[in-house]
Amino acid sequence: MKLQINTSNVVVALVAAGLLLLPLYSQLTGNIFILTLFTRIIIFALAAASLNLIMGYGGMMSFGHAAYLGIGGYAVGILAFEGIGSGFIQWPVALVASALYALVIGALSLRTRGVYFIMITLAFAQMAYYIASGMSRYGGDDGLTIYKRSNFGGLIDLSNRVQFYYLCLGCLFGGIYLIWRIINSRFGLVVQGIRSNEQRMQAIGYHANRYRLVCFVISGTICGLAGALLANNTDFISPAGMYWTRSGELMVMVVFGGMGSLFGPVIGTIFFLLLEELLSQFTEYWALIMGPLLLLIVLFARGGIMGLLGRFNRG
Amino acid sequence: MKKTFWLAGAMALALAQPALGADSIKIGFVSTFSGPTAAIGNDMRNSFELALDHLGRKMDGKPVEVIYEDDGQKPDVGKQKTEKLIQSDKVDFIVGYIWSNVLLASLKTAVDAKTFLISANAGPSQLAGELCSPYVFSTSWQNDQTPQAMGTYMNQKGVKSVFLIGPNYAAGKDMLAGVKSTFKGQVVGEEYTVWPSQLDFSAELTKAKNSKAESIFVFYPGAAGVQFLNQYAQAGIKAQIPLYTAFTIDELSLPLQKENALGVPGAQQWVNDLPNPENKKFVEDYRKKYPNLRPTFYGAQSYDAANLINSAVVAVKGDTTKKDAMKAEMEKANFKSVRGPFKYGKNHIPIQNFYLQDVVKDADGQLALKTVATIVKDSQDGFHDKCPMK
Amino acid sequence: MVLVEQSLNGFQFGLLLFLLAAGLTLVFGIMDFVNLAHGSLYMMGAYFAATFTAWTGSFILGVLLALGATLLLGIVLEFVALRHLYGRDHLDQVLATFGLILFFNDAVRLIWGPAGLALPLPAWLTVPVQIIPGVYYPAYRLSIIIVALAVAALLYVVVMRTKIGMLIRAGASNREMIGALGINIKLLFTLVFGLGAALAGLAGLMQAPILTVQIGMGENILILAFVIIVIGGIGSIRGAFLAAIFVGMIDTLGRAFLPDLLRMVLSSAAASTAAPALSSMLIYLLMAIVLVVRPEGLFPAAKR
Repeated sequence: MKLQINTSNVVVALVAAGLLLLPLYSQLTGNIFILTLFTRIIIFALAAASLNLIMGYGGMMSFGHAAYLGIGGYAVGILAFEGIGSGFIQWPVALVASALYALVIGALSLRTRGVYFIMITLAFAQMAYYIASGMSRYGGDDGLTIYKRSNFGGLIDLSNRVQFYYLCLGCLFGGIYLIWRIINSRFGLVVQGIRSNEQRMQAIGYHANRYRLVCFVISGTICGLAGALLANNTDFISPAGMYWTRSGELMVMVVFGGMGSLFGPVIGTIFFLLLEELLSQFTEYWALIMGPLLLLIVLFARGGIMGLLGRFNRG
Repeated sequence: MKKTFWLAGAMALALAQPALGADSIKIGFVSTFSGPTAAIGNDMRNSFELALDHLGRKMDGKPVEVIYEDDGQKPDVGKQKTEKLIQSDKVDFIVGYIWSNVLLASLKTAVDAKTFLISANAGPSQLAGELCSPYVFSTSWQNDQTPQAMGTYMNQKGVKSVFLIGPNYAAGKDMLAGVKSTFKGQVVGEEYTVWPSQLDFSAELTKAKNSKAESIFVFYPGAAGVQFLNQYAQAGIKAQIPLYTAFTIDELSLPLQKENALGVPGAQQWVNDLPNPENKKFVEDYRKKYPNLRPTFYGAQSYDAANLINSAVVAVKGDTTKKDAMKAEMEKANFKSVRGPFKYGKNHIPIQNFYLQDVVKDADGQLALKTVATIVKDSQDGFHDKCPMK
Repeated sequence: MVLVEQSLNGFQFGLLLFLLAAGLTLVFGIMDFVNLAHGSLYMMGAYFAATFTAWTGSFILGVLLALGATLLLGIVLEFVALRHLYGRDHLDQVLATFGLILFFNDAVRLIWGPAGLALPLPAWLTVPVQIIPGVYYPAYRLSIIIVALAVAALLYVVVMRTKIGMLIRAGASNREMIGALGINIKLLFTLVFGLGAALAGLAGLMQAPILTVQIGMGENILILAFVIIVIGGIGSIRGAFLAAIFVGMIDTLGRAFLPDLLRMVLSSAAASTAAPALSSMLIYLLMAIVLVVRPEGLFPAAKR
């Protein structure tokens, strides 16, 4: 991997630097809210990055990724509710639960292809949504308030805004590094090979669905981590966060930024959530602008923002 | 490329809104202004604006600034908007909240920041019980209170048996539990429907019809209430089994329910024709300011919220840093409520009357809600014992 | 007797779903186009019907005008935006039409306001009729059954017995072939899309008197329609018909009898918590099982 200096890399570097320095800006200007806002953006960026791994590189269009956000979040919330506040227990449970869920639904869903795959992942996510709504001990539809954030001993204080921000940012960069290692490994190349030509990869002896499944589970686990972070960020978890529209929003973030581009989902998430925040401040009819914008991006800007930036190099 | 930076700059500027002059009273208002339930949020905003008009848009001589935020009926969005209002806009009060789950998600942020939060609708049991807080007040009710009143009314009417139908979510369960706690007759059946996606109630109606129950009780807020009433009337059950309701018929749903709602009773702590001067002024001026619209109980609660805040601001002579004094004043409920006088319990939930409302044709031949009787006086919620506040 | 009535409820609900699913599966099967905005056309059908009925004062006239208006809207939509999405990735289509949902919802809110509309029925449709001794059934629901069955029969005749139907079938099983035959594909596609839009509008306005006319009314039911065409096999009208009846029956009978069945094995309290959660999942469970056993639905239209 040779690092090139081109527009997209410059933008990525600027965004990364901006994210690193944001707490400083927040301290200097006294604008706490911008830190709160970007903590949420970073967590969603991690979720979008995990979706990008299977969508952009694996060719698996999961329409049920919000389920992992819920599972990771409920693992933290339920354990906290039952009096287990240690993050050293909560977080591994969140990751393992997400991985197990991904393993089971992945094994079943990967029998299907195309639109059928989109629909079966949606079906499983909806089932998870209804199960969460039915857990009356944990608030059912009303959700569950988390009174104490995960406790990591004296290591890190999640209630401290700046520390929590850097933890989320660390998870995001760590997640992206992991994804970068995966896609450049032999395993990752096989997965991408299966995406472009499954029959050929089968013919040379790769068991396509096993590779797909492993990739699917890794993606689900990373998204489960995002779920644990999100629950800590909102101090609250409810089934509403697992509804199918949330899965749709994650897909939009990935496509906005550029599918199959390492940093695309991060850029896309920042763009999508900031645009939503800004438009909703100007007008209640923000969807009247957002909707056609989405259509235009799909029609004319294939490859999303990263694709557009890439064109500057060529043009 | 330049454009990208320009856009980023514009975004940063817009996010870093300058703090306005400290010499105003700042109020944040979180409600639903988009999506299928936006009509409720609009009514709350209309009523709040009207209340400010009536106050001369000033509280103790200081200008009032209100920032409205849309929660989109999503808990995490509501929480984020609450954070924005408190951290970025630094509001003195935060008002609104239609939905229990949005309120519960936002509650901790407000309480931790010691910002007064006034719920103008949502009334989950936790708010009245273990989650009660010195900084949280309600101008509405606790979920169970309204159906409890309905159960009491059904006893008064001598109803012997009931079939209960409600949506399968927390408020739905609260509502059915509320009726059961006061209704003395027999509950012959209890059905929960999928919320919010179930649209067709034919299976439940058929069961109710065949259960030989003497009455049906339902709780279906918003559009679901319209659907249920349409289907209830079309199935021909209206002539056979009378219906009793909570939060199913209001001024927003009535224009859609039309004749189907005629003669169907409901319980409410506020009705548009309550005979006190404040209420007359509220309803008349509302209809003048917003032609073609009628105020709902959501609006009445928001109108009260503005006046509750005003009473606190006046008591501390505009010095909103005196939180203890403001809390003490609000606990007195020392303002003219459009529902008539009420008291606060130690958990800051109103102790208030509940009325029986019915749908009738008014003088113009239009359908309207009308107070028929007082069902219970000074009803207090059943969770105040769990509230640790003194 | 209860079983008869509940089955009729399920059958009627299934037919209602079929009206929506038929248009969706046509467009999906022939143009290979995932149209989430199908739910928006359904909503527009209902809004048009409520508006035109109020203007003309006649339910029938309002319905006919609304059908024409939705057909027109569908054709315009196809011409302006959607035809550029044929042949693109399914994901692109999902996102673009998701954008259209956002747009339509807010446009409706801007034009008609947020409160929704009422579509009152003429008096002769509001009375319950006795279908067999002792069993009364709402006249309007009966009329839905009749209209939906008529539409199903008409679709069958058009698809199986006419030249256009032949092209549609050819298109569903082999897209390249109709191009090779020298048929004006663009025109055929526009026509099919308009037909699908009109079917969605019909579904919307038929349901309006039962389910009210409101913003976002298309979204919940759209997911059900997708479940149906996926179970039935994409592109197959017959599959959509059978799957719709199946889903309608399972959903209604599940809600009607599951709580009682569970009470026989579980404690009463446990049953009343488990039953609604289970019956809401039933349809998704059904779809997951069908797809695990038959990954291309029950009646795949074509082997690709």
